[in-house]
Amino acid sequence: MSRPSAFKSLAAAAVKGYVRDKATLFFTFFFPLMFLLVFGLIFQDTGTDKIKLGVVGDGPVISALEKTGTVEFERFDSMDAAVTKVRDGDLPGLVAQNGDKVTVRYAQSDQTRAAMVQGLVGGVVDKVNVQVTGQAPRFSVDSTNVEDQSLKGIQYITPGILSWAVAASAVFGAALTLVTWRKKQVLRRLRLAPINASTVLSARVAVTIGVAVVQAVIFVGLALLPIFGLKLSGTWYLSIPVFLLGTVAFFAIGMLVGAFAKTEDAAVGAANIVVLPMAFLSGTFFPIDNAPGWLKAVSNVFPLRHMNDGMLNFLVRGKGAEALLLPCGVLLGFTVVVGFIASRVFSWED
Amino acid sequence: MSETAAIAVDDIRKSYGDLKAVDGVSFTVAEGEFFGILGPNGAGKTTTLEIIEGLREPDSGSVTLLGRSPWPRDVELLPRIGVQLQASAFFDKLTAREQLETFAALYGVTAARAGEVLELVGLTDKAETREDKLSGGQRQRLSIACALVHEPDVVFLDEPTAALDPQARRNLWDVLRAIQERGKTIVYTTHYLDEAEILCDRVAIMDRGRILAMDPPATLVRGLDAATHVILEKGALTEAEAREFAGVEEVHTDEVSLTISTRQPAPVLAALAERGRLDGLQVRTATLEDVFLDLTGREYRA
Repeated sequence: MSRPSAFKSLAAAAVKGYVRDKATLFFTFFFPLMFLLVFGLIFQDTGTDKIKLGVVGDGPVISALEKTGTVEFERFDSMDAAVTKVRDGDLPGLVAQNGDKVTVRYAQSDQTRAAMVQGLVGGVVDKVNVQVTGQAPRFSVDSTNVEDQSLKGIQYITPGILSWAVAASAVFGAALTLVTWRKKQVLRRLRLAPINASTVLSARVAVTIGVAVVQAVIFVGLALLPIFGLKLSGTWYLSIPVFLLGTVAFFAIGMLVGAFAKTEDAAVGAANIVVLPMAFLSGTFFPIDNAPGWLKAVSNVFPLRHMNDGMLNFLVRGKGAEALLLPCGVLLGFTVVVGFIASRVFSWED
Repeated sequence: MSETAAIAVDDIRKSYGDLKAVDGVSFTVAEGEFFGILGPNGAGKTTTLEIIEGLREPDSGSVTLLGRSPWPRDVELLPRIGVQLQASAFFDKLTAREQLETFAALYGVTAARAGEVLELVGLTDKAETREDKLSGGQRQRLSIACALVHEPDVVFLDEPTAALDPQARRNLWDVLRAIQERGKTIVYTTHYLDEAEILCDRVAIMDRGRILAMDPPATLVRGLDAATHVILEKGALTEAEAREFAGVEEVHTDEVSLTISTRQPAPVLAALAERGRLDGLQVRTATLEDVFLDLTGREYRA
């Protein structure tokens, strides 16, 4: 006859309770997934924002320009039609090639783009000129981008949404479990059983981590689909310690919320107060880099900010192991301090 | 104190602010005894029970449970006691069987015990039903099953029949008797005095944190020296006729019946039989409620 351990049976009970609760499943998986899908689709093109150029005629310069991959062409049959478009502000500029003559027209009203158009075309023309002369260029430039598509929307939104979803379900899960178990006297029942509090706690933490891993597999798996086009960096596996420590840190925060809250409603309210501002100010939905300096400073006190940064750095930015120190340190610190306070505040009964 | 005492409680006290919830309670419970703690809500029954179970520390006094002290939490003692809690102390969304299997695992007992206790409490056909789909009586029985899954020696039941309909209460009585037949010591609280009278070997009547009386229910009732009420249909006998009988103390008529109070029911009943007036006759002897009334001077109100 099977005789499962207390740890295993408690974890199994929690898992069954989890998967049988449709509302919990919704908020754990589908709700954040909706955000991922919506933001993923909205931001699909913003990162690869190419300059649109009007093009008239054809030639080596036009071909070379197309090969740079940074411009998008809109072809016109006549110079006049293209100039009208530029004048109307529909296009930042145009390039025409007729034999050896290359013509550039731009709208000075958009100075940044005008400069980009001129620089781009000028650069390409120089390059083609050098090639045509057959002389080896005296100066060479070695330029490679440091990030792989770091600006693309899905690259940014996936680590953010994942961190937020894991944080929310860890906080809500831990807080609600504690409050309902206390209210329903399950805690008292457990206290009367010959088991250690640490067994109960570790079983619950294990379930939270399990749920977080499932969230990660689903979210990242979906974002990797061609339609969203997430590209993982070579050091993505370094995000695992950040991910696990983050999950445990938010579990500890949930325990603290649950230790204070007396009712489920209070727990939900308190968990929202903890999670929501953090979600908005930690760069989950939009890059915190664009925020004012004081806001960036404030966001540094949030563990979610550090989990976000850590996930972003390893999942997509491909940073090295030295970048583990800050997020892991902060998250570990949160776990220890918040967990300690929670254990002080904790009570078995109302 | 007898050597076979499962529980010995010595002058325990517990106050919450100004309220003396338990104010000097002492008693012993023998092994295999069905012991009831009775009293109205707020009498201190639950607090007394929780102190014995080791869930609360008494302000003063001592408790010996199976030869050990229940406070502080004693992991060696816990497997030997079973505590029935509120009929809500279940894991979310688990079936009756899963609840019991989970608790069995906490005690290192085989999962097969789940089936056995389900049968004991008569829930075998509800084994695969989730806790939130069970009726009040079924939840109550499941909570008792949860207290029994590890075969404890002493079982604590706090108001197991509260808020149940009469049929469910009677079903539960059978369960409680079955538990006692297995040789368990049972300590149970209730505010149904009639129920305690039927089930308990011995009862302690509590009010305002104190034990007012403690004895087998029959002894308590007999000790009252209360009159027996013989109740007849109205019109079966005139009041004057009734007063002629030997031993009649009082005769009283209301809209539906005539009540004769006597301390010698035998001659009264014989006289009635002689006259062929036994149809629809009821005899009501004193109950624990009368004992409570006598002890407190207050009508018993659960």
